[in-house]
Amino acid sequence: MKFGVVVFPGSNCDYDAYHVLHSVLKQDTVFLWHKDLNLQGADCVILPGGFSYGDYLRSGAIARFSPLMREVAEFAERGGLVLGICNGFQILMEMGLLPGAMLRNKRLKFLCQFIHLRLEREGTAFTRLGRRGQVLRLPIAHYEGNYYAPPETLEEMERGGQVVFRYSDREGRLSDEANVNGALNSIAGIINRRGNVLGLMPHPERASEAVFGSQDGRLIFESLIKNWP
Amino acid sequence: MIDPKILADHNLTLEEYETIIRLIGREPNRTELGIFSVMWSEHCCYKSSKVHLRKLPTEGRHVIQGPGENAGIIDIGDGLAVVFKIESHNHPSFIEPFQGAATGVGGILRDIFTMGARPLALLDSLRFGPLGAGRNKAIMEGVVSGISSYGNSIGVPTVGGEVTFDPSYSLNPLVNVFCLGLARQDKIFYARAGQPGNQVLYVGSKTGRDGIHGATMASAEFGKETEHKRPNVQVGDPFKEKLLLEACLEVMDKNLIVGIQDMGAAGLTCSTTEVPAKSGLGLSFNLDLVPQREAGMTPYEIMLSESQERMLIVAEKGKVEEVRRVFAKWDLEAVVIGEITSGGRLVGTFGGRTEIDVPVEAVINRCPVYNRKFEPPARTAPRLDLESLPQPADLEAAFLRLLASPTIADKEWVFRQYDHMVQTNTILLPGADAAVLRIKGTAKAVAMTLDGNAAFAALDPRAGGRLAVAEACRNLTCVGATPIGVTNCLNFGNPEKPEVMWQFKEVIEGMAEACRAFSIPVTGGNVSFYNDTEGASILPTPVLGVVGLLEDAAKMVTPGFKAEGEVVMLLGRNGSELGGSEYLRAVHSREEGPCPGLDLSEEVKLQELCREASGRGLLRSAHDVSEGGLAVCLAECAFLGNRQIGCDLDFGEEMRTDVLLFGESQSRIVITLRPDDLDKLLGLARKKHVPAVILGETGGTDLVFHHQDREAVRVPVAEAYRAWKEALPEAFLIK
Repeated sequence: MKFGVVVFPGSNCDYDAYHVLHSVLKQDTVFLWHKDLNLQGADCVILPGGFSYGDYLRSGAIARFSPLMREVAEFAERGGLVLGICNGFQILMEMGLLPGAMLRNKRLKFLCQFIHLRLEREGTAFTRLGRRGQVLRLPIAHYEGNYYAPPETLEEMERGGQVVFRYSDREGRLSDEANVNGALNSIAGIINRRGNVLGLMPHPERASEAVFGSQDGRLIFESLIKNWP
Repeated sequence: MIDPKILADHNLTLEEYETIIRLIGREPNRTELGIFSVMWSEHCCYKSSKVHLRKLPTEGRHVIQGPGENAGIIDIGDGLAVVFKIESHNHPSFIEPFQGAATGVGGILRDIFTMGARPLALLDSLRFGPLGAGRNKAIMEGVVSGISSYGNSIGVPTVGGEVTFDPSYSLNPLVNVFCLGLARQDKIFYARAGQPGNQVLYVGSKTGRDGIHGATMASAEFGKETEHKRPNVQVGDPFKEKLLLEACLEVMDKNLIVGIQDMGAAGLTCSTTEVPAKSGLGLSFNLDLVPQREAGMTPYEIMLSESQERMLIVAEKGKVEEVRRVFAKWDLEAVVIGEITSGGRLVGTFGGRTEIDVPVEAVINRCPVYNRKFEPPARTAPRLDLESLPQPADLEAAFLRLLASPTIADKEWVFRQYDHMVQTNTILLPGADAAVLRIKGTAKAVAMTLDGNAAFAALDPRAGGRLAVAEACRNLTCVGATPIGVTNCLNFGNPEKPEVMWQFKEVIEGMAEACRAFSIPVTGGNVSFYNDTEGASILPTPVLGVVGLLEDAAKMVTPGFKAEGEVVMLLGRNGSELGGSEYLRAVHSREEGPCPGLDLSEEVKLQELCREASGRGLLRSAHDVSEGGLAVCLAECAFLGNRQIGCDLDFGEEMRTDVLLFGESQSRIVITLRPDDLDKLLGLARKKHVPAVILGETGGTDLVFHHQDREAVRVPVAEAYRAWKEALPEAFLIK
C-alpha cells in the first residue's frame, strides 16, 4: 500500500506521519508537495497536523486553495482513502469533504495532553481492527478542536453512524470532564457517508511506538494496511 | 560638539563617543552613531560582563564550538552534534508579554537553525511576581500564550523548563528561552563571508519600523515611562519563521551558501558587520534594496529595525539563482543587496549617496570593556535562628501548604498549553527531573534541564552559582544522562551598582568552580543586566541550561514509583539545613540563610553512583531532592508514576522533624529498586563511598513518614495530589 503525506508550508506533523508509516510500519510512503499536481499513485492520502498556512485567519481556511487539494478532492470523489489528522481534519471540513467546523477549545487554551477516545464505529477502512466501545489512549494538541455542526447535520451524522471517535474517560464513559475541548456530542473524529474520508483531532502518529507509552494509534494505520488488497 | 541628549538617547557615554571618533577618524553621522550604539550596547557586546565570563571553563573533548557564535555545539557521536543556546527576553516580555515572549522563542530558534541545526526542543525558565498581586497574572498568561503560540505553530516542542515566583519579579518578569537543535557535523554553518565578490542576500520578512533600539532598551533600567517603549517590542510571525527555517535548512543541505547570520538583536547592523568581521573582510551594500514594509524609512531606521524572521546569507555569485529558487519554493524573497569586499569596511549607500562607511572591526571588536567596580553589600543576608521558629503543630497542614505553593505546585496548567510532543521525539514529558528526547536513527537520547535557585543566589551568590550547576547536573543524572555541556542565562540588576556587579562576579566564580568539578564546558550563554524597575533590582538569577547524553535511550529512568513493595532509598545525607528553603518562605514567610552547603566532590561521587546504577538497570525510579525537601520529593514520586502509589518510610536522624522533611540539603537523590537488587546497589554505594540508606517501601494509598519511631506525617496520596495539582488552576480560577 502506498501512502502520500501532504506537505503544506506550515505542516509540522508531516515528518511524524512519514516516520510512523515509513520507518515503523515499513510502508511505501512519499511526501506530496502542496504545489504539485499529482498524488504520485498514493493509495491513501494523509493530511497531517500543523498550521498549514499559519492559520491566522481560521485553521485550514487557506490550505483548501492549494493546487494539490483539487487532486485530493477528486481522489476522494473517486473513493480514494483520505485521513486528516488535527489540522488535516480542519482542512477536510474547510474543503467540504467532511461536515462541521471547529470552534476554539472551551477554555480558550491550547491543549496538549493524552486523552481517551471511545471507538464508535467498527468496520470502516480506518477501524477494521478495532471493535465498537474499545477505548484508545492518544494525545491531542490543538487550540481549535471544539467540534460544531448545525443540529440537523449532527442528527443526520449520528443516525448515519458517521461519528467514529468520541472523547471519553478510560472506561469509555462520556462526561463534560472527559470532553476536554467542549466538542458537540464529544465528537473527536468523523467519517464521510461513503466511508473513505476520516478526520480526527487526536494524533495517532504520536502513539504508534512503545516508547511513548501507548501504541493505540497503530490501530488506524494498521486497519488501512491489513485490509489493502 | 554632540548634543548630550542624543548620546543619552543612544545609551552612549561621552568617552565612548570620543572612542568612536578616534576609530573612524571623524564624527559619525546619525546612522553610524546608531550602528555603534546598538553594537556597543550591553546586550550585544557584553561590555560589563566580559572580564568575568572569561573565568568560565569552555574547553572539552567534545566541544565543536564554544562561546562566540550564535550557539554552542557539542559532538554526540554518529556524525551528529547538538547545537544549543539560551537567551533572555525579559524587558520586552514585561512591556508586551505575549509578543515579548513569542519573539523570544523566534529569536532563539533562529540562533539554532542559522547554524544548520533543525530545532528539536525548546525549554523556558520563567519568573513572575506573586500571582495575587498587580499585573502578575496577566503577565504570566500573556507570556505562556506567547510561547505557546510561537512554538506550537512552528512545530518545535516545548518540553520543559521551570516556573517560579518572587516579589522581585513583579515589575520585571524573567523569560529565558532555551533551544536545542540537531545537526550533522558536516553541515554546520557560521557567519562567514568567504571571499570578496561573494553576494550578500537578504531573506525573510520585510524590514519595518518595529523593534528599533530593542537591544538598547534591554540595556537600561525601566522607569515609569516604560509604557512608551511598547513600539520597541517586535511582533512575531511564526509561519514566516517556519518558511525561513525550511528554506534555510534546504539551501544548507544543498551546499548553496557560504555563510549565514540571523538578524536578531540589532538586526541588519549586527549581521552586516559580523559576517565580514569574522572573515577579516568588508561588506558593501545598497540600503534602497532592503525589502521594506513601509515607505519613507530612513537609513537609521532600516539599520536599527529589529523586525523578526529575517536572515542575511552569503553565497557565491554562481549559486545565487539556485538560492533564489529554493526561497521562492517556500514563498520567500531572496534579494541581493550587496557583496563582500576586501576593504574591511562596511559601506552602505542610500539614494545614491554613501550613508555608512565604517571599519567593521571597530564596530565588532573595539567595543569598550569595563571592569566595573564590585563590592559586597553592606548588609549581610539574615541568618535563621531555629529557636525563634516554632515547629508547626500540624505538620500535615504545613506539608499540604508547601505542595500548593506556586513554585512547587504542578505546572501542567502551563505546559499543556505547549505542544510538547510534536516531532515525536519526546520520550520523557514535562514534569520530570529533565526532558528527554530520542535521537531518531540511533539508540541515543539527549536530556535537558533548566535550573537556578535565585533564593540561594540572593543569600550567597557564589554558593548560588555552584548550587545551580550541581542541581542541573543532578537532574540529568536522575534520568540517566551524563552532562555534556552548559549554557547559561545570567539575569541581574544594574551592573553600574557595585553590589550587583559583586553578585555577578560571585555567581560566575561559583559556576566556574562547579563546572570544573563536573568537567563540563560552558559553550555560550547570555547576560541580561538592568533588570531593575524604579530602582529595585531582581534577585540575582543565574539560570543554567545543561544538556546530557544517554547512550542508550532504553536505560532512561523516570521519577515516579513503579510498583508496590519496592525498596525506597536515599542516596546522600540529610543535613540539618533549613536556610533559603521554600518551606521557610511559603509556610513561615521568612527569607533567611544560610543556603545549604555543597561539597562538590561528594556531589560528583553521588551522581556517578546514580548513573552507574541506572546504567546497570538497577533503578526503578530516581528523583532529585530540591525545593520542598524530602517530603515534596517523595510526594512527587508518588504522583508521577502511571498510577498513584504511597509509601511508608522511617527516618532516624536526630533533628527537628520539619527540618528533616522540608530542609533543602544538597546532594540527595531518592531512588527505588526491586528488593532483589538491593545488595548490588549497596555494594556499588560502598565502592563509591556514597551514603545509601533504606527508608522503607512503596505501597498503600498514603504517604507515611515516621521520624525516630513516631508517625510524623500520614497523608493520603490523593489528598496531597489534589493540593499540588489544583493550586495553579485555582490561582487562575480555572477548574
